[in-house]
Amino acid sequence: MIMSNLTDLTLSEMRAGLETRKFSSRELVGAALDRISRLDPALHAFLHVASETALQQADQADKDPRSSKPLHGIPVAVKDVLMVEGLPCTCGSKILEGFIAPYTATAVKRLKEAGAVIIGKTNTDEFAMGSSTENSAYGVTHNPWDGTRVPGGSSGGSAAAAAARYVPAALGTDTGGSVRQPASLCGVTGLKTTYGRVSRYGLVAFGSSLDTVGAIGRTAEDVAAVFSIMAGRDEKDATSADVAVPSMDLGGAQNAAPLRGLKVGVPKEYFIRGIQPEVEEKTRAAVAMLKDLGAEVREISLPHTEYALPVYYIIAPAEASANLARYDGIRYGPRAQADSLWDVFFKTRGQKFGAEVARRIMIGTYALSAGYYEAYYGQAQKVRTLIKRDFENAFRDVDVIAAPTAPTTAFKIGEHVNEPLAMYLEDVFTLPANLAGVPGISFNVGFDKNHLPIGMQLIGPHFREDLLLQVTHAYQGVTDWHKQQPRI
Amino acid sequence: MPLSQQEVEHIARLARLELSGEQKELYREQLSAILDYISKLRELDTSDVPPTAGGGLAQMLLRDDEAHPGLATGELLSNASQTEDEQFKIPPVFE
Repeated sequence: MIMSNLTDLTLSEMRAGLETRKFSSRELVGAALDRISRLDPALHAFLHVASETALQQADQADKDPRSSKPLHGIPVAVKDVLMVEGLPCTCGSKILEGFIAPYTATAVKRLKEAGAVIIGKTNTDEFAMGSSTENSAYGVTHNPWDGTRVPGGSSGGSAAAAAARYVPAALGTDTGGSVRQPASLCGVTGLKTTYGRVSRYGLVAFGSSLDTVGAIGRTAEDVAAVFSIMAGRDEKDATSADVAVPSMDLGGAQNAAPLRGLKVGVPKEYFIRGIQPEVEEKTRAAVAMLKDLGAEVREISLPHTEYALPVYYIIAPAEASANLARYDGIRYGPRAQADSLWDVFFKTRGQKFGAEVARRIMIGTYALSAGYYEAYYGQAQKVRTLIKRDFENAFRDVDVIAAPTAPTTAFKIGEHVNEPLAMYLEDVFTLPANLAGVPGISFNVGFDKNHLPIGMQLIGPHFREDLLLQVTHAYQGVTDWHKQQPRI
Repeated sequence: MPLSQQEVEHIARLARLELSGEQKELYREQLSAILDYISKLRELDTSDVPPTAGGGLAQMLLRDDEAHPGLATGELLSNASQTEDEQFKIPPVFE
């Protein structure tokens, strides 16, 4: 096998090749590093490439070729909000410039224990706040399908790294759509897990009641492989759920009607004015394909959908304003020079936080401040209950919900800069799942006239990632959108 | 209702953010627009609805109350910009 083809392999193909000793982990990791060094100066998916430690880990893996570890010797990338001991963790922020993680996040630790080689840290909007990676203090990531466009965000670096075939899988995080929306804009498969399914230990906190760790890859099968390793109870995160992780048997392709008996709901509130016509068209075509595979499709209603965005933009900033209070220049990160402690706080935070983070800290501070708490935060928590109930009611009638992931395909770099509300609308279809804590997956279901990928999302009941992955796998068994690759 | 300049200054003070005059004006406009948008929630009657406080479903699970080794002092201090005698160093708080 020639080296340049190694990066085209899926995770399961890599595993098979390593097992049969067609190639070594060093060749595999070397091919990934080579591709990154050739293409990433233009794409900028990575904030830090850990070449040296990755090659050491690969050599270590090659010493034990008979290992049965599921990710043995396979390169994986990690979003720069998850800590990997000894590697930088900046969260795309100047306030953590130079920070070296003193310990490893549980999700990453489990991947490493399963044999994965951590190849580097991927770009993100600052503290995962954004939908384009334009809020990264270290520069935007370019969409592999069109370099003048954004990859989505906030896990835009991980989605671009998977789409550009640097790595077969990358970790992302999803607080309001940050795995699914970039997966949609980059034409890859991205899983947002149930709240509490994957430990948040070692994840830098943004919105603590919303944050989830997920995986991005080209196929449902590869995402399932990563997910099943990271999922499950961790004592170091008190909100981590003690719910068994089912085996990830996604079903074979031999069955002509693999989705027979599956009830798919299509929420009418997700087909709103302003949605790009091709997005609606391709989503409806994908739903028709699920029907061809045996599923029963019906229209449903999630009546409080229109309130998800305002609820989210109270709760997430409120939680962020509390979580980001810890960045004061004292315990980590650079410190602004000043004579008084008070001025150290003001100057460090004023100088080092970017505009979107500052905006959200202020919205959250305002929503939690004396006299406004009930009107904003209190009311948002109550409407959050109504949104949760919408999903509970829907899942009495259907097994999964199918909808567009994002209202548009990838937009131009700079198009929404300084228009925070326009940018927030990018997440209008993804936020509800975070508020309800339910899992979702986005995968490619076609292209628009500019050959930009279009994603559809499936939303499932709590802890039913297995079902979402099975349905996506069935769809990918009869289509080849997920096999197309950008010309870069 | 748009925020006043004084309100923006008050929020920034609570949030410990030093803002330039230009930033204050920009954020005044942007925050006013965002708050105006999110006040849409007031149109819903929620008098009978309980709040959802967290994202979790089940009870939070606590581990056994046993001591485990944590990070060593040196590791915890390694990311600080100023330290002395195994402690974080800050400007004087009392004159």
